[in-house]
Amino acid sequence: MSAFTALLVRDMRLAIRVGGGALMGALFFLIVVTMMPFAIGPDLALLARIGPAILWLGALLASLLALDRLFATDYEDGSLDLLMMGPLPLELSVATKAIAHWLTTGLPLVVIAPLLGLMLNVELKATGWLALTLFAGTPALTFIGVIGAALAVALRRGGLLLAVLVLPLTVPVLIFGVAAANAAIVGPTPFGPPFTILCALSLASLVLGPIAAAAALRHGLE
Amino acid sequence: MPVIDFANPTRFLTIVNRVLPWLIAATVVLFAVGLFRAVNAPDDYQQGATVKIMFLHVPAAWLGMFGWGLMSIAALGTLVWRHPLADVAGKAAAPIGAAFTFICLTTGSLWGRPTWGTYWVWDARLTSMLVLLLLYLGVLALYWTAEEPGRGARAAAILSLVGAVNLPIIKFSVDWWNTLHQPASVFRMGGSKIDPALLTPLLIMTLAFTLLFMTLHLAVMRNEILRRRVRSMRLMQAQELAEAT
Repeated sequence: MSAFTALLVRDMRLAIRVGGGALMGALFFLIVVTMMPFAIGPDLALLARIGPAILWLGALLASLLALDRLFATDYEDGSLDLLMMGPLPLELSVATKAIAHWLTTGLPLVVIAPLLGLMLNVELKATGWLALTLFAGTPALTFIGVIGAALAVALRRGGLLLAVLVLPLTVPVLIFGVAAANAAIVGPTPFGPPFTILCALSLASLVLGPIAAAAALRHGLE
Repeated sequence: MPVIDFANPTRFLTIVNRVLPWLIAATVVLFAVGLFRAVNAPDDYQQGATVKIMFLHVPAAWLGMFGWGLMSIAALGTLVWRHPLADVAGKAAAPIGAAFTFICLTTGSLWGRPTWGTYWVWDARLTSMLVLLLLYLGVLALYWTAEEPGRGARAAAILSLVGAVNLPIIKFSVDWWNTLHQPASVFRMGGSKIDPALLTPLLIMTLAFTLLFMTLHLAVMRNEILRRRVRSMRLMQAQELAEAT
């Protein structure tokens, strides 16, 4: 598994050191959540009610916008060709890059989510549950987004195209993420069913996302 | 004649040219019969004449989903056998499917105004059709941005297959979401079985719409093959000019 760890460490180093791409997602998340009360108004009761939805939407946008460059930089400097010829199957390389991406952009979102939840007047106890739903659900966003990133680099396009392709596919994650968070915070529906489905979505996309993304890279770069 | 012969684009073009007039005639006849039966169908005791929107709405919804199925099958042809005709079939199905989905949404909202009192409700069916339309637009966006047709076709094929896996999940989760948010839905399909007086014209209209889809699909495929030929001829001409100078 040395090739796996090497790729994981390389991608995480690049994300942390060069250009600070890792923390940019968390910063974007903070700013989106800060903008919401300006649009909605400072009514704390209302903010508490829609807080989970705001946090989930912000996390969705933050994790997708950061995906734009996942393969593009590797394509530009030629390391994507090396990855395709390397010892790892391309599917596993893609999955490794996605895991590194989630650890550097998805995980910071989960970590700061309780703080942002407090700003939106979500109860202190509930913020932990909210972060737990994000922890279970954001991997699905990354692994679905990887497909869009691969398609975008195969067509030498990026930016909005990725969001247009990927956002409709993330509808189930958003639905079950917000449902689980609301069930934990206000009830009365049980927390278990939406949360387990959310975990199932993450696991399924962990398998299917890299396969589809690797197919897109193979067909696009030949 | 083995099936593989149909897959030759030139052979396909001659077949299409022979079949298309008959298909157009059959479509027109079926639409005439279907529309006549639909206009003369009895009004619903509750909804009045607005129930006739159903004769456009339901077939359009079916073809919106049928279009994605066709694209997924064509996507297998593109990715597994790399057949250029499968590229063309997938590309031709996308805008037609998107158009039928759009018709379904539009007629649905026009039907919703008199029956539910609003143009749009976040009903589970409407919402999943809207997401389907968004997915269609994503595929169309891929075709628009691709510079080279083959590459765009392969990218769109992958997206079609991903969408085919995801669409049932989206449908299921939208149903869940809807029951969670509004337990007593405004709209319940039929309640009882549809009366035969309404069902027969509906089936005829569905058949007519399906024939319309096939007619349009074959015509668009023919145009796309010709367009690609014109493109490669232009490229060859440009190359000859470049070599001559």
